[in-house]
Amino acid sequence: MENNKSTKQKKTETLDEVVIHFAGDSGDGMQLTGTQFTTSSAIAGNDLNTFPDFPAEIRAPAGTTYGVSGFQIHFGSRKIHTPGDRSDVLVAMNPAALRVNLKHLRDGGIIIANNQGFTPKNLKLAGYEKNPLEDGSLSNYQVYRVDVSKLTANALEDLNLGSKVVERCKNFFALGLMYWMYDRPVEPTINWIKDKFKSKPELIEANTRALKAGLHYGDITEIFTTRYEVKPAKLEPGTYRNITGNAALALGFITAAKKSELELYLGAYPITPASDVLHELSQYKNFNVKTFQAEDEIAAITAAIGASYGGSLGITATSGPGMALKMEAIGLAVMMELPLVIADIQRGGPSTGLPTKTEQADLFQAIFGRNSEAPVCVLAAATPSDCFNIAYEASRIAIKYMTPVILLSDGYIANGSEPWRIPKAKDLDTIPVKFHTDPENFMPYSRDEKTLARPWAIPGTPGLEHRIGGLEKQDLTGNVNYEPENHQKMVNYRAEKIERIADDIPDVEISGEREGDLLIVGWGSTYGSITSAVERSRAKGKSVSQIHLRHLNPFPKNLGEILYNFKKVLVPELNMGQLSTILRSKYLVPAISYNKVQGLPFKAEELENKIDELLRG
Amino acid sequence: MADTAVKEQKKYTAKDFQSDQDVRWCPGCGDYSILAQTQRVFPDIGVNKKDIVWVSGIGCSSRFPYYMDTYGLHGIHGRAPAIASGLKMARPDLSVWVATGDGDLLSIGGNHFIHACRRNIDLKIVLFNNQIYGLTKGQYSPTSEFGKITKSSPHGSVDHPFNPVALALGAECTFVARTLDRDPKHLQSIIKAAGEHTGTAFIEVYQNCNVFNDGAFFHLTEKGQKEDNVVALEHGKPLVFGANQDKGVRLDGFTPKIVSIDNGEYSKDDLFVHDENADNDVLAYILSRMTYDPELPTPIGVFRKTQKTTYDSEMQNQVNKAREKRSDGDLDELFNKGETWVVE
Repeated sequence: MENNKSTKQKKTETLDEVVIHFAGDSGDGMQLTGTQFTTSSAIAGNDLNTFPDFPAEIRAPAGTTYGVSGFQIHFGSRKIHTPGDRSDVLVAMNPAALRVNLKHLRDGGIIIANNQGFTPKNLKLAGYEKNPLEDGSLSNYQVYRVDVSKLTANALEDLNLGSKVVERCKNFFALGLMYWMYDRPVEPTINWIKDKFKSKPELIEANTRALKAGLHYGDITEIFTTRYEVKPAKLEPGTYRNITGNAALALGFITAAKKSELELYLGAYPITPASDVLHELSQYKNFNVKTFQAEDEIAAITAAIGASYGGSLGITATSGPGMALKMEAIGLAVMMELPLVIADIQRGGPSTGLPTKTEQADLFQAIFGRNSEAPVCVLAAATPSDCFNIAYEASRIAIKYMTPVILLSDGYIANGSEPWRIPKAKDLDTIPVKFHTDPENFMPYSRDEKTLARPWAIPGTPGLEHRIGGLEKQDLTGNVNYEPENHQKMVNYRAEKIERIADDIPDVEISGEREGDLLIVGWGSTYGSITSAVERSRAKGKSVSQIHLRHLNPFPKNLGEILYNFKKVLVPELNMGQLSTILRSKYLVPAISYNKVQGLPFKAEELENKIDELLRG
Repeated sequence: MADTAVKEQKKYTAKDFQSDQDVRWCPGCGDYSILAQTQRVFPDIGVNKKDIVWVSGIGCSSRFPYYMDTYGLHGIHGRAPAIASGLKMARPDLSVWVATGDGDLLSIGGNHFIHACRRNIDLKIVLFNNQIYGLTKGQYSPTSEFGKITKSSPHGSVDHPFNPVALALGAECTFVARTLDRDPKHLQSIIKAAGEHTGTAFIEVYQNCNVFNDGAFFHLTEKGQKEDNVVALEHGKPLVFGANQDKGVRLDGFTPKIVSIDNGEYSKDDLFVHDENADNDVLAYILSRMTYDPELPTPIGVFRKTQKTTYDSEMQNQVNKAREKRSDGDLDELFNKGETWVVE
């Protein structure tokens, strides 16, 4: 591996964890820079967590604050749960990037600014009257003004490339400089460049040169006196890869289909931030995966229902507005009792809301969002890699109980990434599927004694020709039936079937004491922030317990008992108090809500302060 | 199982397609005829009962699957083409039919209809067009005539109606036909032709709603009127109609005109000769526009029948190719894709 050991003697400091925020125009390649730094850090053995923050506009006008695209990575030699509350380093390619992200930089943090980006025009666009790099307003920080564009151009001078092409290489210079500063391996990025531009050798040369120029600049320039070392983290032995939530979701679904020997069918309509599930799955046709880009959200889910009726594992992936459109169809799947997984990658709302920002305000929609009594199973992923497990679990329950299952993820974990310890396929359980084939006394709405699931009788099976649909079914026969007692009975069956799933899911695990003053109950993507906050509180000697729910309907059977053992129950959510409302109503506990709806995840610090406040009072 | 196997081999009769459910349409409804003709002709489409699925939406017509002893799915309003599309993609081996109405297919489900057509997914869509909302008791529909007085349009509807055949042609449907509930032989022949087509087949059936829109099509179906108002399209034959087969349709540029063929001025050789397989759809479109022209007879029969790749088979081909070319879904290989590292 090509090492970038310093030739000059510079001081090396060891750090436990570092947060870097790369920011620039949406055309500056900051997402790419961030993901390359991530791969390199993973290979260096750090634990890490990342979060991309990009604008809703595809290419907002250059230099504007709303066109700023950022990527934050938190890496360390200890366990890392979040992308970090505040950054230690801000790489700002222009004034807008500085303006937008300065408030998240810690006091005394490092600013690496691309000097050429701070033109009078860009300063004006970002709303600066004077150049902040010169007016002393950044005296609380360590500011490094680097001629990123100019030095990149110098390095590529003899290649005779157009100025636009040269300008586009500057992110690799910045990346090289960060590699030097944090002693990261460069080889993975060089290999990536070679592969990415294999048909354009001049770009391989240009980008590699820019990367190395950044690396060497750190080494030779006088302005940097210190580099930092972040030792490998102690991770569970195994093979790892970095994975985003949406990619993990796709792999989880493929695995469930393979383990159940079913064809996987995804019906989807492009929507932020769920489209990557469609992109990912469309690549894996060799796994017997069919992906259908439908004409709208309703077609996407109803086609998936049609596929499930035909004997496939039908799934659909969407976000809040699409979810709202799918509700009637989910009711149909409830009535027809077919397996179906609906992945809702939540975003800020209501209406179109904040498409690229995160929120977890679709819990009510998932649990209650249909006409009449239409219970479904609801699950939520806690972290990017947990999306793999939750997709598999959702599919398992959908098949076993012949029911729609709603899977909640959100923009934060869908686009965020973390190292995933890769499982061995043979260690994963199979999901048994038994299509009904015996025409003797066949009853489409007979039920399994234990699960209450009805038989899955698919077209093509001789002698089982039958009709199902959205009208109320007669018990056993499935014929249309409007009798009062029958309706009551069927409503009860559908409710009880979902309740019985509780017998088939693990108890929720408690972290910390089993009883005490304060229990924190979380669900979904807040896992990382809550866990960090709890760890920090405990480090200060406080007793705080934590549970994190992945099964939201039905709840794990031991939930009530745990809740009753604490004096205070705190429920932090990125909504206005949806889980806490349900807990209060179901368990009659005075759960305390802690809410935030800013399109952003919780900072661990915010939760830590709330914990302090509750334990004081 | 042995019994079933024997049963599969024998030729079906209409009775084999009758389910055990009571038919609950209003007495005198045109739907009864559509059901009866379907049951009569289905033994001839050559598909095993176990492989036939009827999918429907909501409305009077959408009760149809309950009465056919095949597989059936009574879905939600407007979504039958989408449900059927998903089913056909997942199971290209099945023969998938959609029973739908003018409100279901052209109003709430209009989007799914045009997209099914353009994809040329192998579905047979049978539109029961009675130009009224029946199940909700008599509001005007997207095919009701302009000015129609109904419960929801007491001063006359100000909606211009869809021309379903023209809509299907415009959406690139590969099989487009029209028939009549009160012409059993014609109805049977069209259902059979649709069954034999590979790709989206669309049949518009003019269907009488004797409760809310009685007689809407009597000028096309009743003796003494239909002869002068209907022209039956037959592939390769000139457009001749009239009680005495003495009238024809002649193309004057792009404009169809009625001419007499018994007074010596014109003969059959001068008439518009129907070519359902024509390369371009201009002629079919001209025929479709005759529908609402009070001067011209309404065409029934197959307007257009062409071939192009179907969505379901292309989708299956991509899966098959991927499975041939790449490993047949090795999970460990999938999990370990891209950059990995080992922690000891």
